Amino acid sequence: MSFKKQLKDGLLTNNPVLSQLLGMCSTMAITTTLFNGIGMGLSVMVILICSNVVISLLRKVIPDKIRIAAYIVVIAGFVTMVDLLLKAYVPALSESLGVFIPLIVVNCIILGRAEAFASKHGVLASAADGLTQGIGYTAALVVMCIIREFLGSGTFGKGVFGAGSFGATDGIRILPEQYPALLVILPVGGFLTLGCLIAFTQWLNRRIAQKEAQKEAVE
Amino acid sequence: MKKIEPLNLTISSSPHAHSSNSTAVIMRDVCIALVPALIAAIVLFGWRVLTLTAFSVAGCVFFEWGYRRMMKKDCTVGDWSAVVTGVLIAFVCPANVPYWMILIGDFFAIVVVKQLFGGIGMNIVNPALAARALMMFSWTSAMTSGAYHEVKLLDAVSSATPMEALAAGSLPNCSVLELFLGRCGGSLGEVSAAALLVGGAYLLIRKVISWRIPTAYLASVAVLTMLFPRGGNDFFDWMLCQLLSGGLLLGAIFMATDYTTSPVTHFGQLAYGVGCGVLTVLFRYFGAMPEGVTFAILIMNCCVGFFDKMGIPARFGAIKQKKKRGGETE
Repeated sequence: MSFKKQLKDGLLTNNPVLSQLLGMCSTMAITTTLFNGIGMGLSVMVILICSNVVISLLRKVIPDKIRIAAYIVVIAGFVTMVDLLLKAYVPALSESLGVFIPLIVVNCIILGRAEAFASKHGVLASAADGLTQGIGYTAALVVMCIIREFLGSGTFGKGVFGAGSFGATDGIRILPEQYPALLVILPVGGFLTLGCLIAFTQWLNRRIAQKEAQKEAVE
Repeated sequence: MKKIEPLNLTISSSPHAHSSNSTAVIMRDVCIALVPALIAAIVLFGWRVLTLTAFSVAGCVFFEWGYRRMMKKDCTVGDWSAVVTGVLIAFVCPANVPYWMILIGDFFAIVVVKQLFGGIGMNIVNPALAARALMMFSWTSAMTSGAYHEVKLLDAVSSATPMEALAAGSLPNCSVLELFLGRCGGSLGEVSAAALLVGGAYLLIRKVISWRIPTAYLASVAVLTMLFPRGGNDFFDWMLCQLLSGGLLLGAIFMATDYTTSPVTHFGQLAYGVGCGVLTVLFRYFGAMPEGVTFAILIMNCCVGFFDKMGIPARFGAIKQKKKRGGETE
């Protein structure tokens, strides 16, 4: 399995959020500012890569019947590490994401990849899978954050750009204050945005599949 | 022997009885029924009402046409349903609402609430009310009390809308007759109870709506408010003011009766109306916002499937099956 195909898998055809519909809870809750999205995406990516590598290494040792428990122990270990690291070095992010960092333990994406991929493939392939799926997750989060932040607060890059301390900046204002629709920041807006993005991904996937089929037919 | 000529008969399956009613005719009737309220609003709030309503209708029709065209589906603009939605969206806004807000409401109602679910007849909740909910949550200050105060009424500026007064437990500072005619603050189309009742009567005579939903709705609100008057007010005055103010009549006559989002069985319609009424009173008494008609109807819209199941009549000759303890049927 080539890295390029894995990357396409993670970004589009098998995107953890937009195609597999995993990890919905945190996706809905934290995608209100760009800062949150990037922070959450990177945290999950790091944990995913580490847990994939370790589980892949242990895949012949872990007995089949207790594999879920064993995976969770591995994942929880890495989540704790990331949680403590964030608290120490990026307290702003830790505060803004709150309980959703510890909750990565039960995020279906990580357990799903452990079960579906890392337990069946070698270390390198598993690491690559963690990276590509992590990129797909981060990309989906960032796109959702940008849309929701733009429509809901009228800004771009809250917490990253603009004046103020890192993590609490105002962002770059695009829409004047009276226009943004608060509803988009509320959970309703999260569902609506996600629905539209999923539809768009499905459409894109179908188009790509059609083009590939045409290419094969020509050859 | 004589040859038997084949008879020239048309063979078709039922239904054989036809009516000239079509979606377009019904929706046009609803539009006609909304005209008195529109005239009342123009008299009360000025000509901006007319441009607002026209703008909203144009927006809805445009989005409906645009979406159907973009998705390569047949055009459904001709059924007038987008026009009704457009008028209703304008009617649930304050008279000084900005045009761009109306346009976003139109987009949300037609594209997100109606067309994404499959177009007319497929939407789960009432598009106009969903648009109002969106606007209420997104631009609260532009859609609630603050906006009503800035609107000049004939010659006077109203102090508090009737709904605000009622939410605070006091009777509005205008007489019941003024409430009935509409000389009070509120959204465009909801202020004049008289005009709305005229429209409702027209719809009843034309048999566009049945009496069940509005009656059950209004009666349950009347009974509940009469039983539980607040602020030590006379129960009859309190009930009349509750019935005549806010979006209750507009909701009960024009929105709760929307074909797509209301039950079809008779019993279901009654239960649905009562549910709307109970929820409205609960929202008005205990909710964070003064008015609750929007959310009451939206919530009941989501339950329509259950009400339809409740009211299914037994088939002729069918024997009621008794449920045994194990869940098996006799």
